[in-house]
Amino acid sequence: MLKQIEGSKAVAEAVALCRPEVICAYPISPQTHIVEALGEMVKSQRLSPCEYINVESEFAAMSVSIGASAAGARAYTATASQGLLFMTEAVYNAAGLGLPIVMTVANRAIGAPINIWNDHSDSLSQRDSGWMQLFAENNQEAVDLHIQAFRLAEELSMPIMVCMDGYILTHAFERVDIPSQEEVDAYLPPFEPRQVLDPSEPITIGAMVGPEAFMEVKYLAHAKQMQAIERIPELASEFRSVFGRENGGLVRTYRVEDAETVIVAMGSVIGTIKDVVDEMRDEGHRIGVLTIVSYRPFPLEQVRSALLHCKRFLVLEKSLAVGMGGILATDVRMAVTGAGLMGYTAIAGLGGRPIFKSQLHPLFRQAEKEELPPVTFLDLDWEAVNRQLERERQTRRSGPVAENILHDKGIVSAKFG
Amino acid sequence: MFQVRIHGRGGQGVVTAAEMLSIAAFEEGRHAQAFPSFGSERTGAPVVAFCRISDREIRTREPIVEADAVIIQDPTLLHQIAVFAGLKPEGYVLLNSRHSLEELGLGEFADAHEKGHFFSLPATEIGIRHIGRPIPNIPLLAGFAALSGLIRLESVIGAINARFKGKVASGNIAAAEEAYRLVKEASC
Repeated sequence: MLKQIEGSKAVAEAVALCRPEVICAYPISPQTHIVEALGEMVKSQRLSPCEYINVESEFAAMSVSIGASAAGARAYTATASQGLLFMTEAVYNAAGLGLPIVMTVANRAIGAPINIWNDHSDSLSQRDSGWMQLFAENNQEAVDLHIQAFRLAEELSMPIMVCMDGYILTHAFERVDIPSQEEVDAYLPPFEPRQVLDPSEPITIGAMVGPEAFMEVKYLAHAKQMQAIERIPELASEFRSVFGRENGGLVRTYRVEDAETVIVAMGSVIGTIKDVVDEMRDEGHRIGVLTIVSYRPFPLEQVRSALLHCKRFLVLEKSLAVGMGGILATDVRMAVTGAGLMGYTAIAGLGGRPIFKSQLHPLFRQAEKEELPPVTFLDLDWEAVNRQLERERQTRRSGPVAENILHDKGIVSAKFG
Repeated sequence: MFQVRIHGRGGQGVVTAAEMLSIAAFEEGRHAQAFPSFGSERTGAPVVAFCRISDREIRTREPIVEADAVIIQDPTLLHQIAVFAGLKPEGYVLLNSRHSLEELGLGEFADAHEKGHFFSLPATEIGIRHIGRPIPNIPLLAGFAALSGLIRLESVIGAINARFKGKVASGNIAAAEEAYRLVKEASC
């Protein structure tokens, strides 16, 4: 049913349609509206049977999810930013134990400096945790990815993060087709656990594993994600036959036929990029877009074959590997090793810095002319940066960086455009 | 694509107004995208929300730079925020005030724009009269419908019924009707 609905509410509806049996929640912006809406559904018994557990921290949210999943329940939670970091130890455990928890990450920057706005630093910091990570381009895809995620997670017995841009998607009201319970039931069978804590058939989960077996267990987690490379496109195509919509998959291309320049990105910024690409195509530029939907597993082969026929690519990412450059860009460059392509990285939108079409136009044109440095910081205020660097040269006691920059910029409230 | 920016203060229902405008447009079969300025809103602090309306799918996620309309829920913001930034020459401005544009010192500015596209509406007073609270957002939405002709009053009422129930809904509908009438009569 078509609805004009907030992204968080739409995701809550989708999660409820997946019949979770345990939902653990600890509030953190910008994820809070999702678990609030689910809490209301459990209380009103619209979502039943389901146990909604308010916990005292994100660490507890993931720990309770682990317990619930190990006991054979379909378990769901959501978090963001510092919340994800706080649960990190349990995040690795969920993957290491092979428990198919689905978690929404409403992507948000990581402090310090404290910042509640969107970028991809949080989930990307958990890149090697063993969780799969799927990124939504819009709220329809966020809904559809959650339904596909429960199916994939439970088939492989591995956890999945469904990543959606905080605020930009979670707080946006837009048109979303919410599927019916019958459609979701036809796609998503009941959870059949591979391992279950059952008092009548006692087992242990979480054995101490020494050097003689640790590598095998770890390799199997890798093997699971390699299986996911096969299954993700199949599940997306099965999804299309049930729901009549194309969403999910490993990667998506847009206007890449005959493209000489391809922009690579993840998440909601793809929408803005597509608009710019259309405008540039109208002017005769041969430019296209490669959307990474599945960040983990990373589809090396699919990325390679999507880029192989272009001359150059620009990875635009909302994340920064401090001391190195791009995080996503590193993976993309790995995929095209030896292909002889020019590759560029643009770090953009950190901490919610808006990304404007008027900035992307010159950036993409510079990439096209191969005039970009290897790493570009979009919309970086060099004057503010250089002033602080100079201050540090002049004075030993130069003071806290964030406070200095705020003072230099005369900022009293966040800019709106 | 028609782009609306709504300025106000935390507690005035700025974000709700943008969301309801998107619902009203959706009721007319159009695509709409509403989103807040993503601040850590506090009561009384300046708040901005946006709404795009289009007959095609809306893909862009950039904040609204060039506005086809600006709705200002609190006139004290005129001195604090560049509320008219990026307003198109043929753009609309709807301001919540019981003072005229001339009294607010906006006469010349309004004259430099398209005739009949600027309006000052006593939305807080309308809100108090019908809802019992100084919430100007719904009267302004209905006033915007009358001023721009972009959406119908029925769609605003539809959005009110989608959001509120009982006395709150009927009070808001009465406020919307009065605001719509006021703007319509003045522009005739």
